[in-house]
Amino acid sequence: MSLQVTDLKVYYRTLAGDVRALDGATFSIGDGEIMGLAGESGCGKSTLGNSLIRLDGRMKYVGGNVNLDGADVPIWDKQAMIPFRFREVSVVPQYAMSAMNPTRKIGLMVRELIESRGMAFRDINVELERRIDVVGLDQSVLKRYPIELSGGMKQRMVMVISTLLNPSLLIADEITSALDVSTQRAVAETLVSFRDHGFVKSMMVITHDVSILYQIADSILIMYAGKLAEKASTTTIIQRALHPYTQMLVASLPEVGVRYADKKLTGIPGSPPSLLTPPTGCRFRARCPLAFAKCAEEPPFVEVEPDHSVACWKVAGPNA
Amino acid sequence: MLSLKRISKSYKVGTFGGKDFLAVRDVSFDINEGEVVSLIGESGSGKTTVGKMVLKLIEITHGAIVLDGVDVASVKGADLKQYYRSVQGVFQDPFSSYNPIFKADRVFGMLQSEYFPDMARSEWNDKIEAALRAVTLEPDQVLGKYPHQLSGGQLQRLLVARALLLDLKILVADEIISMLDASTRIDVLNLLAELKARGMGILFITHDLSLGNYISEKTVILRRGVIVEMGATQKVFGNPTHPYTRMLISSVPQLHKKWAQIEAELAAPIAGRGGCLFHEAYPLAGRTHDGASDDPTMAKIEDDHFVGCFELESEKISRVA
Repeated sequence: MSLQVTDLKVYYRTLAGDVRALDGATFSIGDGEIMGLAGESGCGKSTLGNSLIRLDGRMKYVGGNVNLDGADVPIWDKQAMIPFRFREVSVVPQYAMSAMNPTRKIGLMVRELIESRGMAFRDINVELERRIDVVGLDQSVLKRYPIELSGGMKQRMVMVISTLLNPSLLIADEITSALDVSTQRAVAETLVSFRDHGFVKSMMVITHDVSILYQIADSILIMYAGKLAEKASTTTIIQRALHPYTQMLVASLPEVGVRYADKKLTGIPGSPPSLLTPPTGCRFRARCPLAFAKCAEEPPFVEVEPDHSVACWKVAGPNA
Repeated sequence: MLSLKRISKSYKVGTFGGKDFLAVRDVSFDINEGEVVSLIGESGSGKTTVGKMVLKLIEITHGAIVLDGVDVASVKGADLKQYYRSVQGVFQDPFSSYNPIFKADRVFGMLQSEYFPDMARSEWNDKIEAALRAVTLEPDQVLGKYPHQLSGGQLQRLLVARALLLDLKILVADEIISMLDASTRIDVLNLLAELKARGMGILFITHDLSLGNYISEKTVILRRGVIVEMGATQKVFGNPTHPYTRMLISSVPQLHKKWAQIEAELAAPIAGRGGCLFHEAYPLAGRTHDGASDDPTMAKIEDDHFVGCFELESEKISRVA
């Protein structure tokens, strides 16, 4: 088991009180697994991703455990996290255009980055050049400034840099959202090839686009309002999801071939609750067509069949 | 109703504006009543430029846009106000379409003072209420609120409601759902379909092929300012002919087919056809479109389905950006 997260809680501190953006997440990612993380905006998916590598000033660690390859990751301790970042846990940020230093040629920037970690650039150089080939870029990118590269090229360069030290876990946060469809596909396929080449052991791909996940992910975790809603293999989520939220989310996606005239899709009425004062019980209750009395209690996130966990009373049954 | 006749747009580029950059060239298509035309292209394809020309936000370099027989370029002064009575736009980012320090419904107030100064307050309020209900908003949930108190989907629907208050014929919807969440996206899309049923013509500008396919009657695929393929949506998506269209469709992430599968389906060559279908039809058509030639730009391959030249300026199509 590569990554094991147990009851992780991360809140945001605001003047009005704590925003419970991540309120008890328990899941694991296996070796070589690409896990997709999906949900509406404001459901806590980026908070979960960021908390595994860096808690920014507004974020408050409240409780829970993160274990990577058998070692506890001290995510609450900024200093103790330094040996983990980049080496064990790495991130590909959404905005590759602003992820690189615009005043440095890319090669120099990578050298400075490697040396700042106390390593010799010479030892890395051969591997760096090999990986630039793997992602289909030209070696000359190292002599260029970030501004000279297109969005897709920058995104792939950032992916090479992020994974240079073969991290155990790679977090890719909305990396395809700002790209054109054809570039999107190239970047998504590069992610898979990184796993296949063994550059990273496991991956967490955060996106709001479930159809991208269907193409590349092995399993999908659906979040709603700071809680986990459902986790299962990709085909299970797409074809026979159990949580009503997952079903509605997947059903609301327009696809090539589906037309308004033939099949009218419906969205999910209402909007996610405020996480400042989250409702008690099931947080999806107010928007859920299946809600019943039992939903006033909080549903546990339970495994209903092997590798398929759901937090819903209708699915788990009232006696669960 | 609205027809674009070989419109081109060149921008001055270079340090002193010494060079011309043709952002859009020889684009022609029509939008009829009750029809959604989706204009699909990647970034830099000129799709927004076309929308802006329709909205008269920028000038047309060559060609003409004609609305109900009137050349739009000649509309000036007081007539321009009348033009905006029938043509309006909604843009991508709902949060920057509003002034954050005023209440969101101020957009309605400005419309009243400009276009309906004589209307009684009660009558105006009824009109607003009807427009809000038409876009499935509850008036008391959105009126009197500031932009930050409303969701992106609500703000976007408010802008559509504002457009409804006028006697609108054409709505230019430029990427209006790309900022929205998957769950609210489809509601705004369905709203466009309802507007279409009222007889409005909609120019739906998007980079997302599945959205265009869902909503539109007609699809126009734009690449580097040139139409590469257009026609009835089912024909363009059902029988994509231009290599660029095929590449785009094979890149769209789908929910029930993996990429490799789609590619295998599309990789099969079209029976009995090789080379550029456009130049098979018009062998002599000029290869340099300077915006002034009368050469045809599109060849008909079946009813209501046209393709442009296959030649992609000597650079091969690749998925590598």
